[in-house]
Amino acid sequence: MNSVPMFLINKILLVSLQGEINDNMALSFQKSILDKIYETGAKGVLLNISQLDIIDSYLGRIISETARMIQLLGAKAVLTGMKPYVAVTLEELGLNMQGVEIAMNADIGVKILEDYVKASDFEEISAEDLE
Amino acid sequence: MILYEIHIKDEKDIVSARQRAREAAKNMNFSITDQTRIVTAVSELSRNIYVYASTGRVVIEEISSGTKHGLMITFEDQGPGIPDIDKAMEEGYSTGKGMGLGLPGSKRLVDDFVITSQPNNGTKIIIKKWL
Repeated sequence: MNSVPMFLINKILLVSLQGEINDNMALSFQKSILDKIYETGAKGVLLNISQLDIIDSYLGRIISETARMIQLLGAKAVLTGMKPYVAVTLEELGLNMQGVEIAMNADIGVKILEDYVKASDFEEISAEDLE
Repeated sequence: MILYEIHIKDEKDIVSARQRAREAAKNMNFSITDQTRIVTAVSELSRNIYVYASTGRVVIEEISSGTKHGLMITFEDQGPGIPDIDKAMEEGYSTGKGMGLGLPGSKRLVDDFVITSQPNNGTKIIIKKWL
């Protein structure tokens, strides 16, 4: 129940948050994602929330914190699939998701991350070429 | 008519309160956006009980007033109370680990919001959402 399904494909970590997430689960998913990036060297993380019917201020804060922590590890995070009524509620609640890159759906999110991974691969190659 | 009563004594009870509120709002045919507003407010205010008072209760009731029909939810605890309610209702003010969105944010999500609290005498919050 505490585990979040995660898949690594071409240096992109796909994470889907689902079900009733309590506060402890939110913290443990944050830790699992960061650990997984560190272990695998994932360059991009897709945080899909299309299965979430409610995001309160605590979960919202954990999600935006996680996105910023992913950036601190040198990877890129994209949040996808927010339901319209969740967006309405978050805004009325006053939660600011500033600094979090958001895409409309998982397809677009993956495309953004693929482009990012390709660009960072290219940088690595040119650094080697200089040696 | 009382629909549900939830005792808050564990972090998991926040999720139970949320689920009961969802059930009640759904059965009363609230729109999906209003269901989400109600469930989010319940999540915020139940967490406040758990964080600040450790224990308390949440009572979910179906109410009518004239031709109006709606949900009334009461959050009651015997915790330390709120010394300065005006301050607590301010955006971004928090004495706890949160972001200070719980009270002002929940107020924006519902139609009626009444809070009574005295230091050392607990806190009682009543919210209403009309159909």
